[in-house]
Amino acid sequence: MSEFLMPSLGADMEAGTLVEWLKKPGDEVSRGDIIAVVDTQKGAIEIEVFEDGVLANYIVDIGSKVPVGTPMAMIDEARQEQRPERPVSGPSPIADAAHMETAPSPEQVAETTVSRTPPPVAARSLERLRITPAARRLATRKGIDPSSVTGSGQDGAIVMADVEASDPSTTNGRIADHRTTNKPERAVMRRAIAAAMARSKREIPHYYLSHTCDLSKADAFVSSYNADCPADQRILLAILFVKAVALALPKYPEFNGHFKDGVFIEAEKAHVGFAINIRGGGLVAPAIHDVDTLDLAALMTKMRDLVARVRIGRFRAAELSDPTITISCLGERGVEALFGVIYPPQVAIVGFGMPAMRPWINDGNIQPCLTVALTLAADHRVSDGHRGALFLSTINKYLQEPETL
Amino acid sequence: MNDKDVEAILRRELFKIAPDIDMADVELSADIREEFDIDSMDFLNLVVALSKALNMNIPEADYSKISTYNALVAYLGNQANA
Repeated sequence: MSEFLMPSLGADMEAGTLVEWLKKPGDEVSRGDIIAVVDTQKGAIEIEVFEDGVLANYIVDIGSKVPVGTPMAMIDEARQEQRPERPVSGPSPIADAAHMETAPSPEQVAETTVSRTPPPVAARSLERLRITPAARRLATRKGIDPSSVTGSGQDGAIVMADVEASDPSTTNGRIADHRTTNKPERAVMRRAIAAAMARSKREIPHYYLSHTCDLSKADAFVSSYNADCPADQRILLAILFVKAVALALPKYPEFNGHFKDGVFIEAEKAHVGFAINIRGGGLVAPAIHDVDTLDLAALMTKMRDLVARVRIGRFRAAELSDPTITISCLGERGVEALFGVIYPPQVAIVGFGMPAMRPWINDGNIQPCLTVALTLAADHRVSDGHRGALFLSTINKYLQEPETL
Repeated sequence: MNDKDVEAILRRELFKIAPDIDMADVELSADIREEFDIDSMDFLNLVVALSKALNMNIPEADYSKISTYNALVAYLGNQANA
């Protein structure tokens, strides 16, 4: 047995509210499976399990706000091997029914910290109802009779979304929001950003560098790459930026890692956080993992997936907590340059201003050229300007040889 | 497929990307990226969605012809009926 803990949610978040369980007691879980959804200041975050096993029981109830590191459920690693006869495709209907809330096991009742108030509706109406534990608790809280709810889950089981949908007073409420537009309240997100950025400016002695890069080769490369591509295989200039930074990192490890308790710990991998604007206000910078090992097409696929999920507010805890460096791109509608604020405990943020046609001197002649202001804000406790300058020069070198990316 | 169908699909896809934008506030002949506050990734996702929904190829070279809402409706109408 091991505990499934509330994972770290990034430097600026100390707690999360459990919104939904996506696995139920008895379900097999594999490393990487999304097993719960947690509501945070940055919206709903999917959290994944880090081992193989069977979900034994819940410890934390839906709606509970718990600090990072709190045990949320018990995972039984051994049981998976003991039950080879169990079909991989899913539990049998009978086994499945046993996990329904109508028949909670003694273990479940004993180990749950929930104070279960009896539902206001007659318990008999629940006797043969297929309803997930989370959905039932939600219905209880809302005073909704579950028998009046139409189930949309497996075998017609009622899931949380069904309860939400049947409650006219909350179809525009918080949980419903997470499934549609999902934006945490602006003020809450503002506070989260304020906390992280205030800490950054209080603790991190930033220094800043800027370098203008010729983008004509990179731009020509993207145009020719995209010319014969269907839309879903096209890439963006920003993909080249991200890859160039990731390739430069191994030579400049002092910009890639975390500064914790007075010590800098170099990251072995390049998990690049990419700052993504959230519509209506705020931003997050979730990580794209192992960027240095991805080709441009794979990187683009990951980036599109990430942006799409951020827009609807679904990203994973690991993506928020483990970036080793951050990149911020202003895009085509930005301004010339940006000087970032480092997201602690990271030690550097690389900025790309708005690419635009600007005067450039080439072979003694002034000519129009697509350029971008490449900037670095870095932690002076860990690195110095000389190395920072070499780091930016190396990124620029990669952008002059886009075919090597 | 007539222009009305094309426009309905366009509105649906734009809503998915920019649900907070009210069509009533949009200047139809102004830059679509400004009006819907979308970046190049959103714009690419819009092109991908439209290509799929209308089963057409929208080459990158044509992006300059679809820079406003009205231009995009006209372009899609022409391509769909070509």
